[in-house]
Amino acid sequence: MTEQVAPDTVTAAEAAVDLRKEFAEVGIGEVLDQLDRELIGLKPVKTRIREIASLLLIERLRKRMGLTTETPTLHMSFTGNPGTGKTTVALRMASILHKLGFVRRGHVVSVTRDELVGQYIGHTAPKTKEVLKKAMGGVLFIDEAYYLYRPENERDYGQEAIEILLQVMENQRDDLVVILAGYGDRMDRFFQSNPGFRSRIAHHIDFPDYNDDELLAIAELMLHDMNYKFDAAARSAFERYIAIRKAQPLFSNARSVRNALDRIRLRQANRLVSDLDRVLSADDIMTLDAADVLASRVFEKGPGGAG
Amino acid sequence: MRMTQGCFSYLPDLTDEQITKQIQYALSKGWAVNIEFTDDPHPRNTYWEMWGVPMFDLQDAAGVMMELNECRKVYGDRYIRLSAFDSSHGWESLRLSFIVNRPKDEPGFRLGRQEIGGRSIRYTTASYAVDRPEGDRYGGS
Repeated sequence: MTEQVAPDTVTAAEAAVDLRKEFAEVGIGEVLDQLDRELIGLKPVKTRIREIASLLLIERLRKRMGLTTETPTLHMSFTGNPGTGKTTVALRMASILHKLGFVRRGHVVSVTRDELVGQYIGHTAPKTKEVLKKAMGGVLFIDEAYYLYRPENERDYGQEAIEILLQVMENQRDDLVVILAGYGDRMDRFFQSNPGFRSRIAHHIDFPDYNDDELLAIAELMLHDMNYKFDAAARSAFERYIAIRKAQPLFSNARSVRNALDRIRLRQANRLVSDLDRVLSADDIMTLDAADVLASRVFEKGPGGAG
Repeated sequence: MRMTQGCFSYLPDLTDEQITKQIQYALSKGWAVNIEFTDDPHPRNTYWEMWGVPMFDLQDAAGVMMELNECRKVYGDRYIRLSAFDSSHGWESLRLSFIVNRPKDEPGFRLGRQEIGGRSIRYTTASYAVDRPEGDRYGGS
């Protein structure tokens, strides 16, 4: 908002910058490392985020030297199958943007169509504005964004929400960063029918599916965080579980793994409680064994079955 | 006559930047910010019209400023004030209130005298602006 008078650019540009110091000062290295550590796989996503972070770091320097005064467009779209970590990465992105000073607060407001689009005439605009106001200074994460646009119903109020969003995305770029997320093909169709969105989004990031090894690593990381562990037999059983479950419909990557682990923990607890006379060690309580895994319905039905 | 009330009444009008900082302070305390407007500047006129609903759960002042600018577009010729409501137990009341917009010309107040029984006099004040109907008191909209 403040009118910046560009300083004498020649002398400003000549001033040397210690990039390493700048990098350390901003503290994004820590966030990026954390991203590497805590998110398994997702190579292309991590590369892209590193690129964006570097760009923003340089942009920040340029701004300070008076070589640019405009806020870069930071709106993004995350496409990928369910459970590939779009929301998690959005949270990290918010903290990177916050550390670099491109958003003021660094919170994430996560919404879907329900929170943006109203049910009656005149209901949509206040609802969308309400959400936008809450997201100001942070990141607005719109999950399954393509539901906003329903071409089959021309009186759908989604269009109204889209128009308000576009207006704010354009005019208040330094107040708000919008991240749209959804499945790849449907997002493509959404952008085709809403060219306004496509042109206002600077970064399109595609989230690949996890492979079996990565899913196993994710499972072990989740268990580690919850202070559980697999024994050797359980691990190989879970490997088989992943292979079979992946072939079944409605598989949603890390989310399916989390749900499977929750059910396995349930069975483990049941197994432990069924033998009340036993004296348990901490290790017993932490360990999930093969029987807990193999009791899953997934194994009964075999590949191709529903579940 | 320049009408004053609420916080900062002893200061010149706040700039947008200063208003933003005050809003941010209120939000950081978890208070809900309201925008209110009126065209009757009488000091006892406590309840002003509300612009929209109170803004709960905001993190950043930009959201309030967006609404304030909308309100100024429509009611720029009236008084607009911001108030911050603290909903925490024991307070449950306004913690901060200040004027953020005023009409270009403020005609001031008339002192009215009413003679009553004996030699007594009752005094009252009313803004010259309220001689005109609500809505077109300050140049009209």
